[in-house]
Amino acid sequence: MSSATKFKRTSMIGLGMAIALLLISMIVNSLPLPNNSIWKVLFGVSTLNFTLRATIPLALGAMAGILCERTGIINIGIEGMMLAGAFAGFVVKVQTNDWPLMASLLAGVFAAVAAGALMGYIHALFSIKFKMDQIISGTFLILLALGLTSYLFNPDWVAEGKFSPIAIPGLSKIPVVGDVFFNNPPITYTALILVVLLHIGLFHTKWGLRSRAAGEHPRAADTLGVDVNFYRYLNTTLGGMVAGLAGGFLVLEAVGQFQEGMTAGRGFISLAAMIFGNWMPFGALGAATLFGYTQGVQNALLLAGVVNIPRHFISMLPYVVTIIAVAGLVGRVRPPAAEGKVYETEGSSE
Amino acid sequence: MTQRTPVLEVKHITKRFPGVVANDDVNLALYEGEILALLGENGAGKSTLMNIIYGLYKPTEGEIYVKGKKVEMHSPRDAIALGIGMVHQHFQLVPVMTVAENIMLGAESVKRGLLDVKKVAREIQELSHRYHLDVDPYAMVEDLPVGVQQRVEIIKALYREAEILILDEPTAVLTPQEIEGLFAIMKRLQEQGKSIIFISHKLKEVLYISDRIVVLRDGRVVGETTPAEATQERLAAMMVGREVILTVDKKPARPGKVVLQVEHLKAHSDLGEPALRGVSFQVREGEILGVAGVQGNGQTELVEVITGLRRAEGGKVFINGEDMTNARPRIITQKGQSSHVPEDRHAYGMVASYPVADNLVLNTYNLPPFAKGISINRPAILEHAERLIDRFDVRTPSPLTPAGSLSGGNQQKMVVAREFSRPIKLLIAAQPTRGIDVGSIEFIHKQIVAKRDEGVAVLLVSAELDEIMALSDRIAVMYKGEILDIVPREEATRESIGLLMMGVKRDERVDEIAF
Repeated sequence: MSSATKFKRTSMIGLGMAIALLLISMIVNSLPLPNNSIWKVLFGVSTLNFTLRATIPLALGAMAGILCERTGIINIGIEGMMLAGAFAGFVVKVQTNDWPLMASLLAGVFAAVAAGALMGYIHALFSIKFKMDQIISGTFLILLALGLTSYLFNPDWVAEGKFSPIAIPGLSKIPVVGDVFFNNPPITYTALILVVLLHIGLFHTKWGLRSRAAGEHPRAADTLGVDVNFYRYLNTTLGGMVAGLAGGFLVLEAVGQFQEGMTAGRGFISLAAMIFGNWMPFGALGAATLFGYTQGVQNALLLAGVVNIPRHFISMLPYVVTIIAVAGLVGRVRPPAAEGKVYETEGSSE
Repeated sequence: MTQRTPVLEVKHITKRFPGVVANDDVNLALYEGEILALLGENGAGKSTLMNIIYGLYKPTEGEIYVKGKKVEMHSPRDAIALGIGMVHQHFQLVPVMTVAENIMLGAESVKRGLLDVKKVAREIQELSHRYHLDVDPYAMVEDLPVGVQQRVEIIKALYREAEILILDEPTAVLTPQEIEGLFAIMKRLQEQGKSIIFISHKLKEVLYISDRIVVLRDGRVVGETTPAEATQERLAAMMVGREVILTVDKKPARPGKVVLQVEHLKAHSDLGEPALRGVSFQVREGEILGVAGVQGNGQTELVEVITGLRRAEGGKVFINGEDMTNARPRIITQKGQSSHVPEDRHAYGMVASYPVADNLVLNTYNLPPFAKGISINRPAILEHAERLIDRFDVRTPSPLTPAGSLSGGNQQKMVVAREFSRPIKLLIAAQPTRGIDVGSIEFIHKQIVAKRDEGVAVLLVSAELDEIMALSDRIAVMYKGEILDIVPREEATRESIGLLMMGVKRDERVDEIAF
C-alpha cells in the first residue's frame, strides 16, 4: 500500500464516523421513542447539537495546528492562542456593548482573530528568527495567555448578547440534518467552510504545495527558489488567526462571556484531533467530531440523568477518549518530516 | 575551441567558511555542448563551488559569467532563471509527494487558482519522451527506486528549461547498470545541446564520459586535461598530490576454521518492516567476505544484528562456535573477540566531543591497564593513544584534541586504530572508507588485508563495488533482505555483481541478456 492511499484512508475513517453518527441519529429520531430513552440521549438531535458546538472549537484548533505543522512549525501553543483570542474578543465586545449588536460582535471576532495572529507571529518569530525550541515557545505562549488573561480579567465586565443561529432557507427544513447543520450561528458555518477551503488550499494550490514542501523537505523547496521561512511565518500567523477565531467562538457564540481558563484543554484536544486525523483537514474534522461527540454525550447524560454514575466520571469522558485515541495511533500516523527543525541556509545566515 | 564564449565561467572564486577556505581563487569555464568533469576528493571544494554557481552560497570573492554576461546570484531562483539546473548529491525530492508535484514545485502551473497537474504531467511526459527519461508523473517519489528518483531530478531541471546542468556525484548511489543508463542520458542531453558539469571522484567514470577534466584539490584548481591525455594513475596523483597505488596487493587467501556463522537470520528495519529474510553464510579465518548490494537492502541491519545492536527475530549467529544471537555488544566484542567499524562513524563509531585518546579506549576502558579498580588510569590511556596515533598515522594536533575536529579520513583512521589494535578473531567493517580521501582509503585497505593475513575473519560491507572487488575473497550480494548469491572473487565481474545487485539471479540471466 502506498503512503498516498494510507493517508486518504486515515482521513476517511474520521469522516466516515461522522456520517455514521448522523445516519444513526436519523433512524433513532424517526422511531417513536420516549425522550429519556438511552437511544435518544445518545443520538438525539439535541445531543448532536451539543456535539457540533463542542466540535467547532476543536476543529478550528486542529486547522490551526495543521496550518503551522504542515510547514514544519510545531504548535503546542494553540491553547494559549485560543485563550488570547477569547479574551481579546471579550474585551472588545464589552467595550462596544453600546454599538449595534452585530457590529459589536464582529468587532469582537476581529479582535479575537487579531490577537491570535499576534500570538502566531510571536511563535513564528521565536521559532524561526530566534531558533528557539518550538515546544518551549508553545509552552511559553500558553503560560503567557493564562497569566495575562487572568491578571487583566475583571469579573464585573459583562458582554451583552452573542451570535444567534441563522437558519438557511430550505436546507434547515431537512429532518435531523437541517436541525444539526443548517440552523447555526455564523462562526460555526465559517469553521465548516474553512475545513473545506484548507483541504483545497493544501492539496490543490500553489500555496499548499509550497507550504507542504516547506514542512516535508525544506531544502528541496529552497533549491527550487521557494522561500521556506516566508511560508513558515505566513502559515504560523494564519494558524494563530484560526486559533484566535476558536477563542472568539467560545466567547461570542457559545458562552457569551469570558471565564478564566475557559479553553479548558481544548487546545490540547485539538492537537490530538490533528494527530488522529493524520494532519489532514477532513481527518482532523472527523477526529474533532469524535471528541466533540463524547462531550455532547457527556452533556446529554448529565442533563437526562438516565445513568447512575457519579457525574465526575461522565465529565472525564472526552479526555479519556482523547488519550485512548491518540495512544492507539502512535506509529500509525506520519507527521510532516521536517517538523520542529529550524531551516537555515548558508545564504540566510549571512 | 577556447575562442568561443563559454556558457558559464567563474573567475577568481574564493569561498571562506569560518576557519576553512573551501574554494581558493578558482577559475573554470564551461563551453556549450560539452561534458566537463570536475574531479576531486571529498572536501576538495567541488560541491561548494557548485553551490555557489547554483546560488545557494555566496562567494566571498570572485565573479560569475553566464554567456559572457556578469551575473549576481542571491538564491537558486536567480540561477534557475539563468538556465542553470542542478541535480544534488542528496536528492532534493519530497518523498510524500508525486513526481509531478515535485517537478512543478516553485514553478507551478495554475489554472483558475488551482494547480494544473494534468498540464504538468503532459509536459513531463513530453520531456521523458524526448530525453528517454522514463517516469510516471503520478507516482509517489518515495515508492521509486533511486535511479528513477535521479531521473525525476534531471527532469526537474529540464522542466525549468535548464541549458547548463550540474550533476553532483550522480553515480554515487547507482548500480553499475544504472550508471550506464545515466551515461546514455548524459550523451543524449549533450546531443541536444545541453552543457553538463559532471562531478565525481571516480576516475574510470570521468575518463569514460567527459570531454574535459578539471581537477580540484584543497579548494584550488590543480590541473586540466582531457581523457585522451590522462590515465587513472595520473588523475589520482593530481587529486591526492602524490603517487597513489590504486590496486590492492594481496596474496591468495588461506581460509581456516569457520569464525562467523550466520543461519537463517531474520530482522526488522527501524520501520518494523522485514529487513533480513533468512540470511545464511560463513566467514572463515584468513578470508574476506565482501557483502555487495545497493544501500538499503538489509546490509545495515545485518551488521547491526551480528554486532548486537539490533534484535534478531529469527535465526542464529555463531562466533567461534558459540551462540551469540542477541548477545549484548560488549559480550560480542570481548568474549567473541570481534571488532566493528560501523558504517556511520559519527553515530556509532566515536564520541565527537571526547578527546582522541578517550575515543581510542571506548570499548576497553573497563579493562586493565586502562582501568584500575573503579578508577581510570589516565597515563596508560595517553600512552596507548600516542602509540596508536603513530602506528595508524592519525593526523591530530594532540591526543587530547576532540575527535570531532579531525578530518573525516583521520576520524576513520582513529576508529580503525581502536578496532584493529585489539587481539581479534573477527572483523566487521561496514563502509570502512565512506567519505574519506584516497590516501586514507589506501591505508585502510592495506590494514584490512593485513588483518586477513594474520588469520582474522573479515566481513566487509560496502556500497562501493570497486572496494568489494579489490578486497574480497568471496562476494555475497544482498538484495531485498536476502543473499542472492555468494561468488568466489575469481568468478565475479563488475557486470555479474551489478546484475545481482539489481536482483537478477544467475539462472534468470539468460533472458536478461537476450532482452
